[in-house]
Amino acid sequence: MSRAGIESGWGGLKTPSVGLLQRKGVLGFVFTLPADIILLLLLAYPFVLGIWLSFTNTIIGRSGSFVGFSNYIELFHSDVFWLTAFNTVFYTCVAVFFKLMLGLGLAIVLNQDFKGKGLVRAIVLLPWIVPTALSAIAFWWIFDSNFSCINWFLLRIGLLKTPIDFLGNTINARLTVILVNIWRGIPFFTIGLMAGLQTINQSLYEAADIDGATPWVKFKSITLPLIMPLLAVITTFSIIWTFADFQLIWVMTRGGPDNATHIFGTLSFQRAIAGGHLGEGAAISAFIFPVLFISVLITSKYLKRET
Amino acid sequence: MTQKGWGKFFRFYLPLVLFLVFLLFPFYWMFVTTFKSDPELYNLKLNPFLIHTWSLLNVKHLFTQTPFLRWLYNTFFVAITSTVISLSASLLAAYGIQRIRFRGSNLMGIGIFFCYLVPPTILFIPLATMVFKLHLWDSLWALSLIYPTFLIPFCTWLLMGYFNSIPKELEECAMMDGASRLWIFWRVIIPLSLPGILSAGIFAFTLSWNEYLYALTFISTSLRKTVSVGLVTELVRGDVYHWGPLMAGALFGSVPVALVYSFFVEYYVAGITGALKE
Repeated sequence: MSRAGIESGWGGLKTPSVGLLQRKGVLGFVFTLPADIILLLLLAYPFVLGIWLSFTNTIIGRSGSFVGFSNYIELFHSDVFWLTAFNTVFYTCVAVFFKLMLGLGLAIVLNQDFKGKGLVRAIVLLPWIVPTALSAIAFWWIFDSNFSCINWFLLRIGLLKTPIDFLGNTINARLTVILVNIWRGIPFFTIGLMAGLQTINQSLYEAADIDGATPWVKFKSITLPLIMPLLAVITTFSIIWTFADFQLIWVMTRGGPDNATHIFGTLSFQRAIAGGHLGEGAAISAFIFPVLFISVLITSKYLKRET
Repeated sequence: MTQKGWGKFFRFYLPLVLFLVFLLFPFYWMFVTTFKSDPELYNLKLNPFLIHTWSLLNVKHLFTQTPFLRWLYNTFFVAITSTVISLSASLLAAYGIQRIRFRGSNLMGIGIFFCYLVPPTILFIPLATMVFKLHLWDSLWALSLIYPTFLIPFCTWLLMGYFNSIPKELEECAMMDGASRLWIFWRVIIPLSLPGILSAGIFAFTLSWNEYLYALTFISTSLRKTVSVGLVTELVRGDVYHWGPLMAGALFGSVPVALVYSFFVEYYVAGITGALKE
């Protein structure tokens, strides 16, 4: 009992040994217990349960039995599944690319000193703060087939002869949901990257100025390398969130038209909850795992913070 | 304008204005649509970007013809309960991991962080079967208990960073005086980390206010729905879209969270940057 302080192998201050609760292992266990219980019960357990469900034929209201890989085999034979896989990858790649570019661009613009900087920074975060489902409703109306204000504007200034059907045709619908995703995701990149830009020592730029460096050279050889770790973490977060997106697409298109905007999240919801086929839905959402796994690997590489 | 002036215009003002128009337009559109009359809304001859005659009929429709107030209350209830649960658990966990430093505390810290990466789209199907078995189907408590799964990882991570900035000496002094860990936690750590707790709390509140997938999956009775879920299911009937009340709902559903955010914007930004640091 008297060795409580060094028991953990941490050479800190010895705590006076009064009782069981003074022992580091026990005390740490007690403190983390509530969080552990919630996360084990409602995150880790369903995580494993989801994998199990994907190997069963469970439907709503009836527990199923083990069916091996048949859900997966069925998916591999379905055109809708392959279309969804393509959509998910396309949605993620295009949206994350533009979020990164525009988010970084806005961060660089906002990193200059100007009046009202605090206010602008607060406003910029709004798309991220406001419930996505609600802004998705607004976009749904902005891109309405009959009353789109964008069509009204483009027709009025003569750029269009006939209105665009933003959400009614497969290619347009894909691009429209990507645009909305970009809209929502820019603030996260901007605010996150601004934190990184602020830590860069200004004297580096001054030194580069003396050497006559162009803005592009300064960006490439000072800014970019210094914010790289942060950029990697933010991008990884964005990739997993975009890949596993749901609400924006569900509100605007429900995966339509002709499944053109279905991604894994929306298809699994449609099959599992709307259609009742929980096993099949679980198998669809299992395809999010590889990306989750890669994200964990990348973040842990950059996660240097000592916990 | 001078050459330098034009340079500043293209490098700063023009991109800034374009970004702001792009990012803010949907909110302007919600506002304009909310306060228009129906005939004006569907009249393509009028400039849709302006309000020609103001009308409160859409707002009235929203508050009297739909259970919107009830949805607001439900969303509020879930956001508050899940935030309180998450904050309590996170404060204890963050202190345990960051300051008690037991064997495996590093690993636990990283493990909790990775929980934040697990998206709801992976969990909602197994959770649906669990919620059903636990007789929590169609109950707001299901949401209050499940939202902490994404709130705790975030809050814990944020608070760990915050606790790290509190000097160890304070604790050591208190311990010399014979104070227990719990006393120190309650009387030293919590008062000193109020700004961090506020950041985490605001984050948790907005994240739960915005949640959609779980609320859509676990709740089916109209009167128990949250704002985001209720609006679409109640105001879109087949092919009939009540755009006026829908936009009013989107506007008034966003206002509470925007208000909370505007009062504490500095803490919010500190939250994002704190969580991303290093």
